[in-house]
Amino acid sequence: MTKKAKGQTEITIYPDWCKGCGICVEFCPAKVLALGRDGKARVARLDECINCGFCERHCPDFAIVVRGKGRKRRAPACAENGETPVDKE
Amino acid sequence: MADITELIHDYLRHNKKFPHVFCAGCGHGIVLGALIRSIHALGLSKDEVCIVAGIGCSGRIAAYVDFNTVHTTHGRALTFATGIKMANPKLKVITIMGDGDAMSIGGNHLIHAARRNIGVTALVLNNNIYGMTGGQCSATTPQGATTQTTPFGQMEKAFDIVTLAAAAGANGVYRGSTFHVNMLDRLVATAIERPGFNLVEIITPCHTQYGRKNKYKSAVDMFKWIKKNCVPKEKFDALPEADRGEKMPIGTFVEKDHKGLEQLYGELQARLNRPGRPVAEPEQPSAQHAEESRNIMNKEPK
Ligand code: SF4
Ligand code: SF4
Repeated sequence: MTKKAKGQTEITIYPDWCKGCGICVEFCPAKVLALGRDGKARVARLDECINCGFCERHCPDFAIVVRGKGRKRRAPACAENGETPVDKE
Repeated sequence: MADITELIHDYLRHNKKFPHVFCAGCGHGIVLGALIRSIHALGLSKDEVCIVAGIGCSGRIAAYVDFNTVHTTHGRALTFATGIKMANPKLKVITIMGDGDAMSIGGNHLIHAARRNIGVTALVLNNNIYGMTGGQCSATTPQGATTQTTPFGQMEKAFDIVTLAAAAGANGVYRGSTFHVNMLDRLVATAIERPGFNLVEIITPCHTQYGRKNKYKSAVDMFKWIKKNCVPKEKFDALPEADRGEKMPIGTFVEKDHKGLEQLYGELQARLNRPGRPVAEPEQPSAQHAEESRNIMNKEPK
């Protein structure tokens, strides 16, 4: 298998939805993620991400979004009623 | 891998409280994601799908997704689903049950749904325990495991859901795990697409009620256990008996092409409705009736 290119992604983690279970932190093959002091997942080493999609598929709370660098955020259909998870950086 | 999560957000009911009620690291959220991705991959519209759930932590899944949904009584998801499918065979009817729901209180419904081969997809979320009610042992708690009601270890043997469903006559029988998610997506999509009764057993962790009492301190430990012990069926079959230990095969177990009950029923209807035979017009619901049923539908479930 060819090595995957690193650092091609942007990662957003919604702290309001993350429950800090630690699955993404434990199993990320590139050790990109870490648990912050508040117990929520954080992006620690963005440049190492190989865009494998593990964290997105395994987050039980749909709190992680991985998208290609520079790709526009698609406004979810639900954005109008203000119920989208808030993106606090 | 782009946009998996954004896609899932499109299918959620955002007037429900999020994050959902499941414990941190509960596998039910992953199953919910797999279900949404499978339905999306099959190109089904939200209105073509009906989710029927029983009682238990897994039953909450029905509340969060923006399909037609019914949250039914304990163990009876399959009976509701059978009625829905017979009345409207065009719907893709998917039941979501926990192991307690499907194998204990609803065990008889499960074997008869499989025997009838009704065109329903059954997802059985097996976490080896009654999670919501406080961690009592269930019919799938492994022998020797400690639970709230078996403090000295479970003496009874556990059900093998896959073998049971296959013996009862299900058209398709699959087992997946919440760690092997790509495979799970595939299995769920296949089970939804194929005719007749298709069952997917999904190994999902409940560290709150099961793990903590059985040497898995955290959700991560439970996922490590699943990662280690769920092996593809082909690999499992090649293992010598002595090395199998706790291991469980995952993959496709049965795939038959028998016609579903609703298909046979449709054919019977067509046969009996010969030309020249008077057929009564179906009754149209009155405006008041429609209004009433809309009111019921819009009521928030407690
Ligand atoms: S996409 Fe893969 S490499 Fe990137 S953060 Fe997620 S799990 Fe780690
Ligand atoms: S009690 Fe168990 S099954 Fe229920 S939400 Fe918590 S971890 Fe999941």
